[in-house]
Amino acid sequence: MEIASIINIGLGLILAPLLQGVINKTKASFAGRTGPPLMQAYFDIIKQLKKSAVYSKTTSWIFKAGPVVSLAAVLLALAIVPMGGQAAPLAFPGDLLLLAYILGLMRFFTVIAALDTGSSFEGMGASREVLYSALAEPALLIGLGAIARETKTISLSQIMPRAHFFSPEIVLVVAALLIVFLCENARIPFDDPNTHLELTMIHEVMVLDHSGPDFAFILYSSSLKLWVLGLLIIGIIFPSPAGSFWLLYSMISVFGLLLLAVVVGIIESTMARLRLARIPQLIIAAGSLSAFAFILVMR
Amino acid sequence: MDSTIEIIMILLVLSDMALLGLSRLRACISIVSFQGMLMGLLVLIAHSSSMTPRLIIIAAVSFMIKGFVFPYLLRRGIREAGTQHESEPFVGYIMSIISGVVMLGISLWLGEKLPLLAALSGSSLVIPAALTTLFTGLFLIVARRNALNQCLGYIILENGIYTVGVVSVVEIPFLVELGIMLDVFVAVFVMGIAIYNINREFDHLDSDRLNNLKG
Repeated sequence: MEIASIINIGLGLILAPLLQGVINKTKASFAGRTGPPLMQAYFDIIKQLKKSAVYSKTTSWIFKAGPVVSLAAVLLALAIVPMGGQAAPLAFPGDLLLLAYILGLMRFFTVIAALDTGSSFEGMGASREVLYSALAEPALLIGLGAIARETKTISLSQIMPRAHFFSPEIVLVVAALLIVFLCENARIPFDDPNTHLELTMIHEVMVLDHSGPDFAFILYSSSLKLWVLGLLIIGIIFPSPAGSFWLLYSMISVFGLLLLAVVVGIIESTMARLRLARIPQLIIAAGSLSAFAFILVMR
Repeated sequence: MDSTIEIIMILLVLSDMALLGLSRLRACISIVSFQGMLMGLLVLIAHSSSMTPRLIIIAAVSFMIKGFVFPYLLRRGIREAGTQHESEPFVGYIMSIISGVVMLGISLWLGEKLPLLAALSGSSLVIPAALTTLFTGLFLIVARRNALNQCLGYIILENGIYTVGVVSVVEIPFLVELGIMLDVFVAVFVMGIAIYNINREFDHLDSDRLNNLKG
């Protein structure tokens, strides 16, 4: 384990909430507003950490375990995804499967914590979340499978430096991953992070009952999830050769992530939320892009 | 040259998928128009080493007719009919996209069974992409209620045949090519009239209701 990969993780831990700020600034500038400060996500997390948590009498230990397990899972995911051509600390052959299912574990605990409250709204959100992620999972896995086949390795840390963006298959996979990225992070064509209307909420509704440090954990882990899945896309678009000067490429990755945040902001400003019934269709389309790329690679 | 053809073939398959997944007729027409322009470019790129005036004419004619004339006729059709959406397809959109992927798989399998054609076309993706386009056309004709979508399916079907013809056959007789083009042109024209009449008789484009006419 090298010092560089530890610093990469540190970068993720420190800079992850910044992405939310960049997205919100982009949206604000599109709408002609000043918008919240860039560091707003940090302020929110610190504010929540200072408060004390309130637990409903109907909840059990699962409700308390939810945010903790989510944060632990996403920290583990952060240690799997490589950055800037530097192998991740937890790299091993087949770690892309672990990445997909570590994120699955995080989602599972968010969902059962939401169900544990017994609130009907949260149950509704949980049901939607599970449906969409069940559809998004094949898109993610088949897409990663296609890249793994193209680069002939099955470890993310070896895939990333070898992927060549300018082949049609990789472009298809990146498009599919971008859709999965928006879906998994509950961004706009799938879920509006600003809305608090129960009928349309997906992710936001599941965390309504969490408060204080628990909610801070949830905010932090969702920005880390944005960072981790973003790194997956950025690592493919800006591949950095292994053994090159890591700090330069880490900086390029950070720059790429900020660029991705701007792109997400532009998507959110120019698109409307999809109707709930249309959402599975878009995710299936992402899945078919992945499947097409996979077929092209298998040829 | 080969990689350019591959990119065109991938775009062809992607536009097929988009047609299977979209319900807005206007968007569908734009995609068919895009596919028509691809067809025009395909002639030029597939024979870029041996360019003749004849090929340029074929490319220009198909580019104009498929890229601009058909979409114009079809757009006029939906404007007169006043419909914007496919109402209730026989096969849902999610199932359609999944069948699209299945059709792609079948086409790849079939493409491997036709090594001679693949060798002629120079790229192993041409035959599968053409077959996928052909199947998509048939699928649209069978699975959609709306007469306009069925018409689009017919154009797509012809695009598939055209792709095989252009890329694999070195010398296509000029008259045959123009004859096919004319056939499709007339067909779209007749379908335009049919769409107009279905719409006037029934106030919608649901061709399924034509079954009611049986005695």
